[in-house]
Amino acid sequence: MATTTGVPSPPAAGPGEGGSLPRKRPLGAEMLFRGTTTAAGTMVLVIIVAIAVFLIWQAVPALTDNDANFLTEENWYANDNPPRFGIAATAFGTVLTAVIALLLAVPVALGIALCLSHYAPKRVATPLGFIIDLLAAVPSVVFGLWGRDYFFEPVQGLSRFLHENLGWLPIFGSEGPYGKSVLLGSIVLAIMILPIVTSLSREVFMQTPAQNEEAALALGATKWEMIRTAVLPFGRPGIIASVMLGLGRALGETIALALTLGGVYKVSFDLIGPGGTSIAANIATRFGEANEVGRSALIASGLVLFAITLVVNMIARAIVYRRREFVGGSA
Amino acid sequence: MKLKRHGLLASVALCATLALAACGSDNEEPGGSGVDASKADCATGSLNARGSSAQKNAMDEWIKAYQQQCSGATINYQGDGSGAGITAFTGNTADFAGSDAALKDGDETTKATTRCGGNAPLHLPMVVGPIAMAYNLEGVKDLQLSPATIAKIFSGAVKTWDAPEIKADNPSATLPSTQILAIHRQDSSGTTENFTDYLGKTAPDVWTFGKGKDWKAPGGQAEQKSDGVAGAIKKSAGAIGYVELSFAQVNALSIAKVKNGAGEYTALTGEAAGKTISGAKVTGTGSDLKLTIDYTTKQAGAYPLILVTYEIVCSKGNPADKLPLIKSFLTFTASSAGQKQLEKLGYAPLPEETRAKVEAAAKTLA
Repeated sequence: MATTTGVPSPPAAGPGEGGSLPRKRPLGAEMLFRGTTTAAGTMVLVIIVAIAVFLIWQAVPALTDNDANFLTEENWYANDNPPRFGIAATAFGTVLTAVIALLLAVPVALGIALCLSHYAPKRVATPLGFIIDLLAAVPSVVFGLWGRDYFFEPVQGLSRFLHENLGWLPIFGSEGPYGKSVLLGSIVLAIMILPIVTSLSREVFMQTPAQNEEAALALGATKWEMIRTAVLPFGRPGIIASVMLGLGRALGETIALALTLGGVYKVSFDLIGPGGTSIAANIATRFGEANEVGRSALIASGLVLFAITLVVNMIARAIVYRRREFVGGSA
Repeated sequence: MKLKRHGLLASVALCATLALAACGSDNEEPGGSGVDASKADCATGSLNARGSSAQKNAMDEWIKAYQQQCSGATINYQGDGSGAGITAFTGNTADFAGSDAALKDGDETTKATTRCGGNAPLHLPMVVGPIAMAYNLEGVKDLQLSPATIAKIFSGAVKTWDAPEIKADNPSATLPSTQILAIHRQDSSGTTENFTDYLGKTAPDVWTFGKGKDWKAPGGQAEQKSDGVAGAIKKSAGAIGYVELSFAQVNALSIAKVKNGAGEYTALTGEAAGKTISGAKVTGTGSDLKLTIDYTTKQAGAYPLILVTYEIVCSKGNPADKLPLIKSFLTFTASSAGQKQLEKLGYAPLPEETRAKVEAAAKTLA
């Protein structure tokens, strides 16, 4: 950075007579541009810090009033006197639904991306890509209402099937009745993050260097072997980045989960029985009727979500950074 | 065929036009026989009110009717919750609040008194919303439930529809072995508070979860707002939930008969709910009409499970520019004509004795 900005001025002084006029103008623009970008860059930090400070400042009164352990209590009775609330169930639910959504969405998304980049003829791939991107533009409340009012029925059937055939697994152990469950919320969430993961990884796959692919084919690899040896290793950092973006969306999703989860405040791996809740959904459903302490408590839970998201993003950054070096070295 | 349909459309349109025209002329005549027979004592200005979503439909209807008669008045009611309403009232951004529960002694009352310039805030019971036990069970029409059975269903002790407890309440019905999906409110709600209060008073040995706006019993499924509960009951076989009557009616849900303190299974009607209200005790003093509902009422024919929502307003110390309109509007809503308008919306009108007290109290506002 420092060398590139430092470079233009000394050579400009060298050439002699004509140098004086063009020298000043680019320098002024240079400074202005540099100032603008630096300000924009700093702004992000300022906003993040401001959000954190605001959340902590608002959360403290409720946390000091809290009669239960904020980290281990499952229930959320923040409006009571004395208030008793904790994030155990909501934070657990947030992570559980997000992880299941990723498990369901990522394989499908990668399949779609590979199909679009390497298998489908271009005439089909381009419009199909558009359609996938269109899915990202559907508002989450629409997904939520669809999940709550229509999609729950097939999921009910699926739950029954899973319980009858795999009921010995604790996660499918619930005997019903089947309604809104972690499974329903996770599937809806999976559909919502599908387009993000798909379009990002498709872009990465398409940028695989042609000589890598051709080299693999020349060595006698089949198409699948070529993808496995050339495309996937090259795209790995991109895949991870797209998955992490999808995870970020899943963790913060609010209204779709508020509509499709059962709203039961309990730490449980039961996927098919009525149950599930998440931090964001809890905030959305309780903010309207919350009293002062209740509101402060909800903000405290927002702080936890903020922290979870921050950690996830940092891990993602670290992974992407390390992998890129590795892939760059091997390529 | 096509011609016929056109003819039908035309005649419908004609009828509608005639009806509208009739309405128009009614309003001009002083003794018109429209719905708004008793003319409101019009005042002008604008009011902002905020609070309970349970009385939102009633307020909308009243505001529409009032503004039709009184052209110079603008009234807004924002139905985003009792808590928000009370906060807005004490913060002086609402002229009166709608609330499912009376102000709590202590902080809430102190703040409201300060807001009223040191005068006491009044509770005017205005809207009575019966709570229906709505269910979805194919082949079972006249379900009857006792409070203890309801408490067992909602605490998860009774899990299937053919459980002995339900059989005992319905000796003649054939009950399927469907699993029960008990549905409660996810958001904090006055409906939940009244329902849990009812269970605690009528089935104290079974219902051990106390009363409160937040649901505390284990199990079941949570839904957002009354429309969420009603919608979930409608689409889930074997579901049961508590929801304001209007929502049960709109969704055409079956409504169970509930056993009252006299030992009768009573169907939910406006009249039956009114009988419980007239048995309610006034615990406020003077014009303050805080009610305590006797859920265990022994009166014959009374439907015990009801929700009373209040308007909370300053007894004295209302700003001079707002007072005439506050007084006029609340007198209108407490009038017998105003109460009558609510019947078609699924609310129960206040019984005459209580209504007269509320109307008199509204007239004393200063």
